[in-house]
Amino acid sequence: MKNSKTIDAKGMHYTPLNKEIRAAVKDGVTEIILNNINGQRFIGNGLRGEDVTIIVNGVPGGDLCMFMSGPTCIVHANAEHAPGNTLDRGKIFIHGTAGDAVAHSMRGGEVYVRDSIGYRGGIHMKEYKDKCPVLVVGEYTRAFLGEYMAGGILIVLGRGKDQPPVDERGVGTGIHGGELYIRGEVPDHLLGIGAEKKPFTEADREKIRPYIEKYCREFGVDEPELYIDEYVHIGPSSARPFAEKYCWE
Amino acid sequence: MCGIISVIDRKKNPMDGTAIREALSIMDERGNGEGAGYAVYGAFPEFADYYAIHVFYDDLIGPKTAVEEELDKVGTVKHDEEIPTFEQPNLKKRHIPWRYFFKPNVTALGTTASEEDILVYLMKKVNTTIPGALIYSTGKNIAIFKAAGWPEDVADFYRIQDYEGYIWLSHNRYPTNTAGWWGGAHPFNLLDWSVVHNGEITSYGTNKRYLESFGYVCTMHTDTEVVAYLTDLLQRQHKLPEELAFKALTPPFWDEIDIMPEKEREFNTALRMTYSPAMMNGPFAIVVASSEGIAGITDRIKLRPLVAAEKGDRLYLSSEEAAIRVMEPAPDRIWMPRAGEPVIGRVY
Repeated sequence: MKNSKTIDAKGMHYTPLNKEIRAAVKDGVTEIILNNINGQRFIGNGLRGEDVTIIVNGVPGGDLCMFMSGPTCIVHANAEHAPGNTLDRGKIFIHGTAGDAVAHSMRGGEVYVRDSIGYRGGIHMKEYKDKCPVLVVGEYTRAFLGEYMAGGILIVLGRGKDQPPVDERGVGTGIHGGELYIRGEVPDHLLGIGAEKKPFTEADREKIRPYIEKYCREFGVDEPELYIDEYVHIGPSSARPFAEKYCWE
Repeated sequence: MCGIISVIDRKKNPMDGTAIREALSIMDERGNGEGAGYAVYGAFPEFADYYAIHVFYDDLIGPKTAVEEELDKVGTVKHDEEIPTFEQPNLKKRHIPWRYFFKPNVTALGTTASEEDILVYLMKKVNTTIPGALIYSTGKNIAIFKAAGWPEDVADFYRIQDYEGYIWLSHNRYPTNTAGWWGGAHPFNLLDWSVVHNGEITSYGTNKRYLESFGYVCTMHTDTEVVAYLTDLLQRQHKLPEELAFKALTPPFWDEIDIMPEKEREFNTALRMTYSPAMMNGPFAIVVASSEGIAGITDRIKLRPLVAAEKGDRLYLSSEEAAIRVMEPAPDRIWMPRAGEPVIGRVY
């Protein structure tokens, strides 16, 4: 049975709010419902815990779930800048849009955004051994998608009506690890330095399938084409795109 | 890092300062208590035809006498008063804010000077030659309230809830490159223009030299004032339409111009070359207001946030969605404008 706690966060500063969340997790609460959230930053930062779900009703402030390791966070609103910043483990589902630098430096876990995101989505995502972060965006993204990416998987489903999945510059600028999968067209001139298109294989399709399934399940989407359509696969052209910039070599 | 929020009621319905105080205050994290301010358009209906000159005085003896002598030389003061302030525990009153409702005498500086030219002349004269006095606003029917303090303290210091207008601009400052002081708090005003700004104008040196060649003088020790002067130069003096003026400040990249169709390419090339020293670089999000409306824009690679929302006749521009929702919990539409593309809300 769920052990649930509701917090009315109206007018509350993020410090006492986070203290209450931590205390609840310590007491064995497994579902924390935050009502009347509006602009509180750093919600769930550094939070650890297995089988813990945080439900955010309202617009959370920047750096949602930064450094979080384990819990699941579900936002029933838009999110501001950098949700999932340096996320270590766990999941974030955003039922709306998110701002700039989504999943900034994420090192593990999964971030799902139902609609669109802003600039520099997935900037500097990284992976190590069994830790491989995943960012899934439902609609479209802005410039510098996957900038300086060092690892992980970034999927753009391109569900935006009359909106291409990305139509701005610098896709994968400085990428030296990880993969982008974008459903729809990505003109070559939008690729940044160090990024190149690669074949989209059956193995790639199998790799992204579970994450598309989770997206569809959470947001109640039934669109078989998401599994069938071609994706543009973008990865690093080398592990050191700026090697020639360093004069001591 | 700074926080901005502004609102226009396009039907010119008046709004008091209560809601914007609350909205700006939830972004306190974006400032450090060393500067906050508000601008309101439509604040002085009884003196709507007079320029509302706002002055910070260090004392009311020498500087005030000297300023009033200058005012009398080039026009007439209809009414003047100390701007009412109310002591706040966390705000030190370092200057005495005063306002004059002023009518310039167009023959005072010779036959070619307009009323606006006289105001620009006055601001330059006072701010560069009279120590202890700083003109920080010169617009008609526009009130500016700013000081070194937190958003809620500055609002309470001036009791902005007692003022009404159809445009509000507000700003919460986190000074980085220059010290926090009353004159350096936003909004910055020149004539009909007011500006709030989050970020840095790293092209400040180039922009400043360009503006100086047209007679503007930068006296506020901060990069934001060039935005007010560039807007005045491009829109009032050069008469560029608003969209074009913004395009000159944040033009497309050369590699984007290269792949445009011929006509568009030629036009954008000409615009970039003509206004090369007016181009603004660096991370910024700004909102510019005039009596005709508000416009928000970010730098071309979106290094600072800007969110827009609409509800009926009202358009909101802010650093954060949450701040907009303090003023309007259920907007009809809420979106993040593209980098370098202005969002404009004009009065009907």
